Amino acid sequence: MSSVEDAIVEVNYDELIPNNVDLANDARLKKALESWHPKYIDWWNEAGPEDTQELEVYLRTAVGVDPKGWAKFGHVKMPEYRWGILLAPKEEGRTIPFGKHKGEPAWQEVPGEYRAMLRRLIVVQGDTEPASVEQQRYLSKTAPSLYDMRNLFQVNVEEGRHLWAMVYLLVKYFGRDGREEAEAMLERRSANEDKPRILGAFNEETPDWLSFFMFTYFTDRDGKMQLESLAQSGFDPLSRSCRFMLTEEAHHMFVGETGVGRVIQRTCDAMNEAGITDANDIEAVRKLGVIDLPTLQKKVNFHASVTYDLFGAEVSTNAAAAFTAGIKGRFNENKLDDDHVLTDAVYSVDRIVDGKLVVEEEPALNAINGRLLDDYIKDATGGVGRWNKIIQKSGIDFELKLPHKGFNRKIGEFSENSVTPTGEVISESEWSSNEYEWLCSEADGDYINSLMVACREKGQYAGWIAEPRVGINNQSSDFEYVKIN
Amino acid sequence: MNLIRQHLIDPEICIRCNTCEETCPVDAITHDDTNYVVDMAKCDMCMDCISPCPTGSIDNWRMVSEAYSVEEQLSWEELPDEIGHGEVAQEPVQQEANELEASAILEVAHSGQGGKVLPPYSAAHPYINLYNRDSPITARVAGNYRITDTDSESDIHHIVLDFGAQTFPVLEGQSIGIIPPGEDDKGRPHLVRLYSVASPRDGERPSTNNLSLTVKRVQFEENGDTVLGVGSNYVCDLKKGDEVAVTGPFGSTFLMPNHAEANIIMICTGTGAAPFRAMTEYRRRFMPETTGKLKLYFGARTPGELPYFGPLKKLSDDFIDKQLVFSRLPDQPKEYVQHRMLQQSDELAALMTSEETYVYICGLKEMEQGVEESFEKICNQGGLSWDEIKTAMKKSGRYHVETY
Repeated sequence: MSSVEDAIVEVNYDELIPNNVDLANDARLKKALESWHPKYIDWWNEAGPEDTQELEVYLRTAVGVDPKGWAKFGHVKMPEYRWGILLAPKEEGRTIPFGKHKGEPAWQEVPGEYRAMLRRLIVVQGDTEPASVEQQRYLSKTAPSLYDMRNLFQVNVEEGRHLWAMVYLLVKYFGRDGREEAEAMLERRSANEDKPRILGAFNEETPDWLSFFMFTYFTDRDGKMQLESLAQSGFDPLSRSCRFMLTEEAHHMFVGETGVGRVIQRTCDAMNEAGITDANDIEAVRKLGVIDLPTLQKKVNFHASVTYDLFGAEVSTNAAAAFTAGIKGRFNENKLDDDHVLTDAVYSVDRIVDGKLVVEEEPALNAINGRLLDDYIKDATGGVGRWNKIIQKSGIDFELKLPHKGFNRKIGEFSENSVTPTGEVISESEWSSNEYEWLCSEADGDYINSLMVACREKGQYAGWIAEPRVGINNQSSDFEYVKIN
Repeated sequence: MNLIRQHLIDPEICIRCNTCEETCPVDAITHDDTNYVVDMAKCDMCMDCISPCPTGSIDNWRMVSEAYSVEEQLSWEELPDEIGHGEVAQEPVQQEANELEASAILEVAHSGQGGKVLPPYSAAHPYINLYNRDSPITARVAGNYRITDTDSESDIHHIVLDFGAQTFPVLEGQSIGIIPPGEDDKGRPHLVRLYSVASPRDGERPSTNNLSLTVKRVQFEENGDTVLGVGSNYVCDLKKGDEVAVTGPFGSTFLMPNHAEANIIMICTGTGAAPFRAMTEYRRRFMPETTGKLKLYFGARTPGELPYFGPLKKLSDDFIDKQLVFSRLPDQPKEYVQHRMLQQSDELAALMTSEETYVYICGLKEMEQGVEESFEKICNQGGLSWDEIKTAMKKSGRYHVETY
């Protein structure tokens, strides 16, 4: 053989927008996207990570959807990142996997009767992508290490790419309406009173790095569940788009799970070094400059519960309609063993009746959201278990737990009641007097904030977080993940 | 004792995102509620799962005498410690290379054959992994010649490396690693480059301790700049007497059969000719009178760009059937190797049914598909099933692909 060099040149960077959707032969689409592109860059510079345009960041760029092509690492300036449009390969002969059109060929064009529903779903999904970038805009200033700063930026550029993915669908398949929606994506702003982002949780700021890790663990995991359900869609371009996005979403899960895990590790190590055995001795632990485990539990309670709300009302006729239409399926629909039509099926839903928690059967179609939330809770439980392993291994007696489904809910079955993290229904006054046992008080927030000091030396980490066990792309521990000058 | 290199996932680092399981083309990765694990019996080391893994947990390897079972792995909370195997000779069991860098290149190069293929039963036993990045062997350049016309765009060199009194045993079809000196623009040492050996096992000239390589200078225009391939330009610019850091040898499957009855069909483009020059020359030196046929399909744009065009023409047609195919001859339609194969359908169909026929494909990745399609057509015309024939050939180590 001659050399590996021949194999490296495989992407045509002559094109402004890297893609595997044959953009070159679709002049109208190309023109529409090329005119959207500078507006996107303006948005990135204005609302994306602050003061970072000149940094050289060790990023992963997807240049193709095959396993060899989608993880190319190198230092790039973020505004020069190649945001592309990449769809998972087309499955020949794919059929609609669920709903009343089950078994019919998957749609390659938007079915007229579901146009509005599809557009709405794509817009809501798309809107979360730039929103999270905006929420995390200021975090790089207090990054606990270059490694973490790089991970933040990787998450950010990939959220940007996910916006591209949704905008591609809007512009390609929804004509003028789609183009207008694509523009509006760049006009709304997280937490802006006049033109907020669509979903509530995406208008909350991400004030500190612990919140960022919790957000990527809990809230990005909602994104993963939604994408997985949309990847089942009978509208094939949406399905293929989401399937590829899921591969990238895994990195966000990784940042969250290992981020929180490293905070726990550092806390446990510091406690052991200082000979502290009582995890609830908050004052003593905080003197060590690390985040005490009870406060971590409060953060878990908060981020898990606001994410529960993102699933919408557990019982929802909209969700039923989207399922029946074949537009949005269930999590792992293709692995479920039932008729995938659900006309007569039932599903158990938790709710409060007369002040008591009960389980009632609902038509499974109406309980699609409730089921997705249950699947989410199961998925999120695994990582919490692995966090507990770190605590256990350190010999400290403490266990983190996911809060009950009804805790701190603003939407759905539990929104009218107060429920403790362990699932007891309580009065409003009991809630008020105990709220800060379960959620962070302002003082807790201030303490966390006091630890947020930037650490920008190669291979160095802020005192409240442990070093990662493996470098990105197997780089050594003192690798310069972000070149500041 | 035979050691195998087992692929494992670190349960302490894995976040159970399912990306690897989704990616694996042969369903070798599976999971339960606790762990994701690799089934050694199914994994063909294609490495597809490595780069998509967000955590790096997938990139773990252990040398073991007996593979850990799926059940064992599912019960792990952490990876077991490395087992010390002492000074046990590490015999290659379908392993191409021990260094991940080099094996990754070979995995990609061999991916076209679709899974593991054993070497021919009569192949000589290869030595692999004698030298690596940490302790390379130093070779001295004994010669460096351009072998394509000076006015052709394709600048291909024939380089002879001499190993003096040092041990560096290679077989036809094996590759060696060359590490260009210096660092890349990120300050890291350059990656290793693999080159197929173009000379037979007893040396470029009989009974010399040297070997030759066929290397094309990589040079192309990108955004108005001329980009020079680091490895190939380093090698093509070597002067007589220069010292070169070499690793390897690598490769334990793309090897020639050594029995006289074997028909060898060699299909290549450009520098893909290197291993076939080695195999042909071995036959010429040691087995000039065989019943097995040698058949070469060799594609280039023009005769001036076909490496070794002159020496090849001198080989007698009785010894080797040379099908030289050109895609850029003036006033002639483009012809590729797969076209020439189709013209010889009957002869090839007859060869395909023989259990003594060995097929080797080497060159650019793009040729793979066309060649496969021709085999399929040839089989169809002859009422044969290419799928069955190919499966049988792979099972008996008779179908080999090395493309890049």
